[in-house]
Amino acid sequence: MIRDAVLPLLRDPTLAASMRLSEWDVVIRQARNANLTARIAADLELRGILDRVPHAPRQHLIAARAVGARQKIATLAEIERVRRALSEFGLRLVLLKGAAYVAAGLPVARGRVFGDIDLLVDRNRLPDAESALMMHGWISTHLDEYDQRYYRQWMHELPPLRHMNRGSALDVHHNILPLTARHPPDAKLLLDAAIPAAESPGTWVLAPPDMVLHSACHLFHEGELDNGLRDLVDLDGLLRYFASQEGFWSTLEARAAALHLERPMRYALRMCSLMLETPVPASTLAFGGGWPADLRERLLEQLYLRGLRPNDPTAGDAWTPLARHLLYLRGHWLRMPPHLLVAHLSRKAWRSWSGRDDRDDVPAPEAIKPDKQV
Amino acid sequence: MSREGLWLKSGPFSLHIQSRERAVSHAIACLYRDHALSASDFADFHVEIARAAGVRRWLKPQIQFHLDGRTPFKPLPHAQSFAMLEWGLNWCIATYCQQFLVIHAAVVERNGMAAILPAPPGSGKSTLTAALIQRGWRLCSDELTLIDPGTGKVVALARPVNLKNDSIDIIRAFEPTAVFGPEYPDTHKGRVAHLRPPRQSVERASEAAKPRWVVFPQWAAGEPLNLTALQRSAAFIQLAENAFNYNMLGETGFRTLADTIDRCDCLALRYSRLDDAIRAFDGLADEAMA
Repeated sequence: MIRDAVLPLLRDPTLAASMRLSEWDVVIRQARNANLTARIAADLELRGILDRVPHAPRQHLIAARAVGARQKIATLAEIERVRRALSEFGLRLVLLKGAAYVAAGLPVARGRVFGDIDLLVDRNRLPDAESALMMHGWISTHLDEYDQRYYRQWMHELPPLRHMNRGSALDVHHNILPLTARHPPDAKLLLDAAIPAAESPGTWVLAPPDMVLHSACHLFHEGELDNGLRDLVDLDGLLRYFASQEGFWSTLEARAAALHLERPMRYALRMCSLMLETPVPASTLAFGGGWPADLRERLLEQLYLRGLRPNDPTAGDAWTPLARHLLYLRGHWLRMPPHLLVAHLSRKAWRSWSGRDDRDDVPAPEAIKPDKQV
Repeated sequence: MSREGLWLKSGPFSLHIQSRERAVSHAIACLYRDHALSASDFADFHVEIARAAGVRRWLKPQIQFHLDGRTPFKPLPHAQSFAMLEWGLNWCIATYCQQFLVIHAAVVERNGMAAILPAPPGSGKSTLTAALIQRGWRLCSDELTLIDPGTGKVVALARPVNLKNDSIDIIRAFEPTAVFGPEYPDTHKGRVAHLRPPRQSVERASEAAKPRWVVFPQWAAGEPLNLTALQRSAAFIQLAENAFNYNMLGETGFRTLADTIDRCDCLALRYSRLDDAIRAFDGLADEAMA
């Protein structure tokens, strides 16, 4: 049985003032799972109701708030280092996603917890960007030949880079969808429309509608939804904030058409309004026809209603594992044509079956050594 | 334990532990005998120890640690089920409890005053802690020292003491009445066994203690006992290096650590015999009361 604990609280943080301890029990589990604890803490603090939360769950919110606050400082410092590295090659730093929200000082950055910094460079300047970052200590983490080829030939980003001293991770994108996707958008359009970031001098972020579209296409093309709900919360926050800008909704529709991103945008608006009650004008919501236009959309809605909830046993039902699996396959299906997909998935299956796990370095449980953070 | 699970109080935390593994329930019955149950309406951590899926399940069973339905670690051999629960719980505290300054150190208390024992693995910190708590010192924690930035006090956990290799035999010989859980011969840390925390330490876990000493112990074969004062600045740096979240907490981390060092005598202890080391600790406690 699906127990919605964190969704109602995200929609209306004032509920926190009257919640029982047993309700907090589920909220903390689901929020921790969805990486939204710091966000909830920020929401409650903003409304002055953090102190009214019972002691035990409040401790978790306070702990998460500390992590969120520290991440913001560390991220701004790291952004500045990346900016300096790229500027030596005359490259402009255009940030994406979480780092962009922080750099632009958007409300959606409050309590936003994330692991890496994403940036977008012109595909022709990719070798320069890679050299500049390497010279400043960021090195490729995926040294396996297959992984390197997978990323470089087919994906829209380099293999993730990690700083050899500070451990910070960078994702260098040259597009926002894989090159093997059916209709990858023209990244040049995004770069040309980029605007200066308000809180990080000398860096750039995507224009508001492009920011929303990137967030939407990231979420609804991605097969792994570990941070799915957090990304939906991002979308909700961006839409609510930009809605006050004159002509935002019509620009958003026009940009979605120009970038071939109508479909992810349609799903994003639908799921946002369904799960987070994001106010979207009826005309924009009906963009591309009323919902659902067909059986596929009805099915996808059911899949995403499960896949986007926290990946916690309390937030799922008997259909959740199947829904997640189908969304995972769909993500890969959208990423690459069938012959590549079959080869890639067989390879992944073989690796996991033969014990050569794909997952990035999972620490052994004893590895709780004091870590040197940024 | 397999269906409803066990709701257990451990220091400031409520734990909800589920497992169908008999080894886990036996070890818990032995090592957490004196712990109170907690109310089943809120747990800080809902954890489960369960067999890993896959073909290996029947050939060479492995176990997984689950937190909220996720498995943060690689599986371990089935025989280490309970050891994995202990490591996993330590990991939960070190990862999610940023409301405290969390230091990789043992901490024991006497007369309301706490001695913090930070030390890299192999320095004999757990052995010394195990010996001290058999001789009148209260166990706050063997692995994780939690300092509340608001009060500057140490918050006690009173979890089982994790002993490795020769330390197990040394403590068995030192105090024959000490109760151990099962021994695990081949973990990635060697031979491991857990010591049941003294009943009094468990019952007094809610009493916070004021930091009074920071002692860096080092066992050194055949050497006479040597207790020397450390420079505060050096102790500060060493303690910061042993803190999990010193950098993460930023200004709060600095202030909490500086206050702790200010209140403490900072000492380096080299010893070869546990009795000598305990006498030295008792001496510190008497001196502080005088």
